[in-house]
Amino acid sequence: MKDEQEMVLTDPSSPSSPEDVSRRKFLQTGVFGACAVYIGAIGYPVFRYLNSPVEASQLASAVKEVTLDKANELAVGTALMFKFGTSPALLIHHADGSWVAMSAVCTHMGCTVKFDEGAKKITCACHGGVFDAATGENISGPPPRPLERYDVKVNDANVVVTKIS
Amino acid sequence: MKLETLKADLVERLGLEEAIKLAGKKTVPVHKHTFWYFWGGISLFSFLIQVVTGILLMVYYRPGPEAYESVRQITYQIQFGWLIRSVHNWSANFFLFSVFVHMFSVFLMKAYRRPREVGWYSGIALLLLGLTFGFSGYLLPMDELSFFATKVGMEIPNAVPIIGPPIANLLRGGLEVNEFTVQRFFALHVVILPLLYMPLLGLHLWMVQKHGNAAPPSEEAKEPSQRKTMPFFPNFVAQDLGVWLIVLNLISLLAALFPWQLGPQADPLAAAPEGIHPEWYFMSQFAMLKLIGRMIPGLAGEAAAMTLFTLGLVLWALIPVFDKDKTNTKRSRQVLYFGIFVILVLLSTTFMGFVI
Repeated sequence: MKDEQEMVLTDPSSPSSPEDVSRRKFLQTGVFGACAVYIGAIGYPVFRYLNSPVEASQLASAVKEVTLDKANELAVGTALMFKFGTSPALLIHHADGSWVAMSAVCTHMGCTVKFDEGAKKITCACHGGVFDAATGENISGPPPRPLERYDVKVNDANVVVTKIS
Repeated sequence: MKLETLKADLVERLGLEEAIKLAGKKTVPVHKHTFWYFWGGISLFSFLIQVVTGILLMVYYRPGPEAYESVRQITYQIQFGWLIRSVHNWSANFFLFSVFVHMFSVFLMKAYRRPREVGWYSGIALLLLGLTFGFSGYLLPMDELSFFATKVGMEIPNAVPIIGPPIANLLRGGLEVNEFTVQRFFALHVVILPLLYMPLLGLHLWMVQKHGNAAPPSEEAKEPSQRKTMPFFPNFVAQDLGVWLIVLNLISLLAALFPWQLGPQADPLAAAPEGIHPEWYFMSQFAMLKLIGRMIPGLAGEAAAMTLFTLGLVLWALIPVFDKDKTNTKRSRQVLYFGIFVILVLLSTTFMGFVI
C-alpha cells in the first residue's frame, strides 16, 4: 500500500507519464489553435485591404458591352484604341468597309498590340508577334493564340462592342 | 536530426553563442514594482504595430494635393481601410502613453543612475522623436483638425527670434500650411524619423540588454541573498509576450469599436472650429501657453511659456548628471521632488487643457 502511494506521488513528475504527455499535447494544440486564430484574424483584413483594388478591377473587367460614342465616324482604313472593362481593345474600320473589334492584349506576354495601317496587320512591338487584322489569328512570331474577338454593331451615333459569350 | 544540424550550423555561422549566453545569464528582478518593467516592452510593441500599419497605409496614401482624397478612400472605400487607419491612430496614442509611463517609472525607480545614463538620454531622444512622429503624422489626412493643429504647431518655431520664421517656412514649404507641407511631413514621418529612430532604438535596447533592469532603491538596499529574480528567457519573455497579447487585443477592440473619424477637408479660408484643441500629448504645452498668455499677454507670454518648457525639458533630460550615485543623498531627494513636481504639473496642465 505504501509503495503504491509513493508511486502515485512520484509519477506525475516523470516526463514520460501518459498524463503529462497528454497535458503537453493539449497545451500545444491550444497554443497552435490560438496562434492560427490570431493569424487568421489579422491576415484576413490585411488580405482584403491589399486585395481591394483587385476586387474593384475584377468588377470593372466583368463588363460585357461597351458603347463608343461617335466611333461610327471612324475613317476607313484606320483603328481606334478603347478600353474594354479594364484592358485595351482595338476597333478597326477596314478598307472593305467591314468593322472588327478585338482585344489589344498580346496573347504572348500581355503587351499592347497596334494596328499597322500600311501592312494591314496587327503587330506587337515587344517580341515581334503578328496577327491577322480581320480575324485576330496569330500569323507569326511567338503568340500562342489568336486575339480575343468581340461583336461589333455600328449604329447611327455610336458603335457597340459586345463580348462573345 | 537534420534540423538540429542546421540549427547548430546557423548558431556557429551567425555567432549566436554570445547572444544565447547573454540571454541565458540575464535575469529580471522580482519585487512589488516588477509590473512597471513591462512598459518599455509595451512601447516597443505598439511601435512595431505602427511600423506594420504604417506600411499598409502607405500602400494607398498619396501625399500632396490628393492627401485628403486618399485618406477618404482608405477610410470609406478600401476594404478594412478604416480598421488599419484606426489601429494606426489608436496604437500611436497607446505608444506615446506607454512611453510616458515607461519614462516616469524609470525615473521613480531611479534607473537613470550609473551605469544606465545612456539608456536615459537615448530614451529622452526617442520620446522627442516619438512626439515628432505624432505631430507630423497628424497632418497627413489634411482634414480640418490636422490643418489647424499644424498651423498652430508651426507658430512655435516661428516665435523663435530671427532664425524662427525661416525655419518655420522651410518646414511648411511656404508661408501657410499647404500641399507642400503634407509632402514634407510625409517624408519626415516615413523616412527621416524612422532613419533616426531605428538606430537610437537599437542603442536603447542594447543598453537594456547590457545593463539589465534596474531595481528600485528599496530593493538595492536589501541583502543580495534576499533579492528575488527570474530568468529573462523564457520567464520574462513569456510574460512580456502575454502583455503584448493583451495590448494587441485592447488596441484592436478600441480600433473596431471607436474607429478614428475623418473630418471635413482642410479649407484655408474656413474659420477654426469651436473647441479645437491638440491631442492629449501636446495638451500640457497648449494649456501652459494659454495660462501664461493670460498672465503675460502678447508675444512675451508665449516666449515665457516656451522658455519655461524648454528649460524644464533640459533639466529633465539632465537628471542623471545631478543624481548619479547609488546612495540616497540630499541631491537625489531634490531630484525626486523635482520629478514629482514635473509629473504633477504635466498632469494638472493636461487636465486643465481639456477644461479651460
